[in-house]
Amino acid sequence: MRKIFSEFSPDQRELIHIIHKVQKEYGYIPPERISEISRHLKISESEIFGVLTFYKTFTLEPRGKHLITICMGTACHVRGAPAILDEFRRRLGIEPGETTEDKLFTLETVNCVGACALGPIVISDGTYHGQMKMREVEKVLKKYKNEKAG
Amino acid sequence: MKDVYITKLEKTRAEILVSLKEQKTCITICGGTGCHAYGCLKVAKAFEDEIKKQNLQELVDVRTTGCHGFCERGPIVVIQPDGIFYQRVQITDIKEVIAETIKNKKIIERLLYVDPRTKERIIQEKEVPFYKKQKRIIFGNNGFIDPKDIRDYIALDGYKALAKVLFDMTSEEVIEEIKGSGLRGRGGAGFLTGRKWEICRAANSEVKYIICNADEGDPGAYMDRSLLEGNPHSVIEGMIIGAYAIGASEGFIYVRVEYPLAVNNVTIALDQAKKFSLLGHSILGSEFNFDIHVFRGAGAFVSGEETSLMASIEGRRAFPRQRPPFPALEGLWGKPTNINNVETWANVPLIINKGADWYSQIGTKKSKGTKIFSLVGKINNTGLVEVPMGITLKEIIYDIGGGIKENKKFKAVQTGGPSGGCIPAEKLDLPIDFDTLIKAGSMMGSGGMIVMDEETCMVDVARYFLNFTQEESCGKCVPCRLGTRQFVEILTRITQGKGEEGDIKKLEDLSESTKAGSLCGLGQTAPNPVLTTLRYFRNEYEAHINKKACPALVCKDLIAYYIEPEKCVGCLLCLKNCPVDAISGERKKVHVIDQELCIKCGACFDICPPKVMAVSKYTGRKKDRMIKKASR
Ligand SMILES: Cc1cc2nc3c(=O)[nH]c(=O)nc-3n(C[C@H](O)[C@H](O)[C@H](O)COP(=O)(O)O)c2cc1C
Ligand code: FES
Repeated sequence: MRKIFSEFSPDQRELIHIIHKVQKEYGYIPPERISEISRHLKISESEIFGVLTFYKTFTLEPRGKHLITICMGTACHVRGAPAILDEFRRRLGIEPGETTEDKLFTLETVNCVGACALGPIVISDGTYHGQMKMREVEKVLKKYKNEKAG
Repeated sequence: MKDVYITKLEKTRAEILVSLKEQKTCITICGGTGCHAYGCLKVAKAFEDEIKKQNLQELVDVRTTGCHGFCERGPIVVIQPDGIFYQRVQITDIKEVIAETIKNKKIIERLLYVDPRTKERIIQEKEVPFYKKQKRIIFGNNGFIDPKDIRDYIALDGYKALAKVLFDMTSEEVIEEIKGSGLRGRGGAGFLTGRKWEICRAANSEVKYIICNADEGDPGAYMDRSLLEGNPHSVIEGMIIGAYAIGASEGFIYVRVEYPLAVNNVTIALDQAKKFSLLGHSILGSEFNFDIHVFRGAGAFVSGEETSLMASIEGRRAFPRQRPPFPALEGLWGKPTNINNVETWANVPLIINKGADWYSQIGTKKSKGTKIFSLVGKINNTGLVEVPMGITLKEIIYDIGGGIKENKKFKAVQTGGPSGGCIPAEKLDLPIDFDTLIKAGSMMGSGGMIVMDEETCMVDVARYFLNFTQEESCGKCVPCRLGTRQFVEILTRITQGKGEEGDIKKLEDLSESTKAGSLCGLGQTAPNPVLTTLRYFRNEYEAHINKKACPALVCKDLIAYYIEPEKCVGCLLCLKNCPVDAISGERKKVHVIDQELCIKCGACFDICPPKVMAVSKYTGRKKDRMIKKASR
């Protein structure tokens, strides 16, 4: 944390930059970091908490090992994204925003990643899967499940 | 001082131009996010490796460029200087491209684009119908530029406009030029850019800011991303010119966090601009100082609204506030701030270079220049298209877009994102500009054009958008927060077949109150998707409410899947693919769906071979009849 703070002046305008950095470092925002940020920037914890929860990118819970992001933008919607999302929900047994019990997968939705020409789009750990079909859902998951088993 | 820097800039330009004149063959590979997803980086790497292996570095350059726009056909490879256009290039094609096209100057027919209408194979990029009717004055350079190398931009007259402005024009003259061009903001509302600058210039303050709005929140629109990713210097140059005109010393580019490649490329571009003394202290040796920072958003649609965006930069929650005071007078940290959209900024250097008179000849009376649209959805040629204002929807959708996928029937095109509306087939001849779109009940927005066919349900689309605005409503004002929630509740009911008499009236009344009472543009325009679909597709609402039918066969609760016994060949495919084992049958015997178990995921519909097409969808009374028949 000290290293992170050394890059930013103690000013409210750095708050969102700092939160981005912390999330990148830890994968989420650990609660104890909030009080440290509060002391560094001299703004109240509740204010920081307010900012944290306002923006969808930030999360207070650790994510699963693999992040599955499904685009729910308009272009993907008209090309069948809802059915793809349903299939992931069913196969993983979780809702968007949740993490599977074995902590292997977190499911998230996003409104357009700007690759609309390839819709419907699914991103798994940064890899884009374009023109997703329902029967390909299992394939995407299997890769990671096998990894774990093997 | 001045001469030193200008000479350096011009010398760089001359050097690059000379090296280009040597006509070295250059393999350019599109590196936009679309092509990334198709694996263009691997293709580029493979080209480089192969060239090295064959020791051809002296003869051939490999360059990864910005987005070419024709994302449907990626990975795209264009071989310069001949402009040979290869599409859907795979790693396995690379050896052949080098052996045949590079060494023997022979075209590989298989990789050419085939015009679906004439069946003709097209060799050159500019002859492809997708590009023919476009006017790519802003976006066109993307395909020639390596966004990570400022020298490519400089070679194409980059930063010439800035030098002209700094040394030959006063701030007032710059503003006059922009006013004279008639440029209107590309971020949605279409406010006159020159006028906005003038107000900010006149504001009395030592400190002023400018902002580039790259939050691009409209789902389905990605031209800002492609510009920032593919030609970041055009945006940066526009911003520096704007800062000079207004008298600002600090600027921000607010990029949405979903665009990692754009953040990366723009950060590199800013560093390189500093090295050429195009940013920072005493720009190009002049007395003008200006610097730009990148700010990453954090996933909130409302932060694209200007006052929310400024709150976000200040490190707070992105709540909008009442206007006036307008940001031009009281913006970031209370100081006069000028905010423009990415595409607006990218227009600025062009106007300075070519002049307001040249620019204002393009477009319609009140909407000048070009607009980049993202043509997506159920269309054959998806991608980014730049067209002169005033072109008709028909030209965009049929001549450029190549018509609807699988020859289905066109139903509507949605423009303006969640604030916009759906325009029906009757309006295909509409020449589009800022004002005609508003008249049609929609708006330009940032330029998303989502094409919908007969298989898109308009009530579902309205529900989709209101669900979007409801989730994105920041909750600060009541009419927006509660209004959008009520919309979702009613629309969801209708799509579930629980619509009631009077629901349409309720939607109309709710539209009025939400429009009138909301604090910012998000709430004020939120009802538009409902209002336009009611205006043009009222019969679909009525079918859902009165007949409990979804004519487009989309709404799950109103449809049933059914295997036609006379068509089914008993191949077991659907049976194996049904996720809930709702299909029974044996090889070579007719399969049957158990309607009780069916979750209507559509897997059987998708997997049934096109030659067989035994799975049908039914709705309304026909559906009831089918279910009865099947249960017998
Ligand atoms: C809810 C809402 C979201 C907006 N999102 C964006 C956006 O993503 N990008 C953008 O450029 N403008 C957006 N705007 C418009 C901005 O408030 C502002 O008008 C624009 O950035 C001004 O730039 P321009 O004059 O160049 O168009 C949004 C407005 C509203 C009300
Ligand atoms: S709508 Fe999914 S990438 Fe744009």
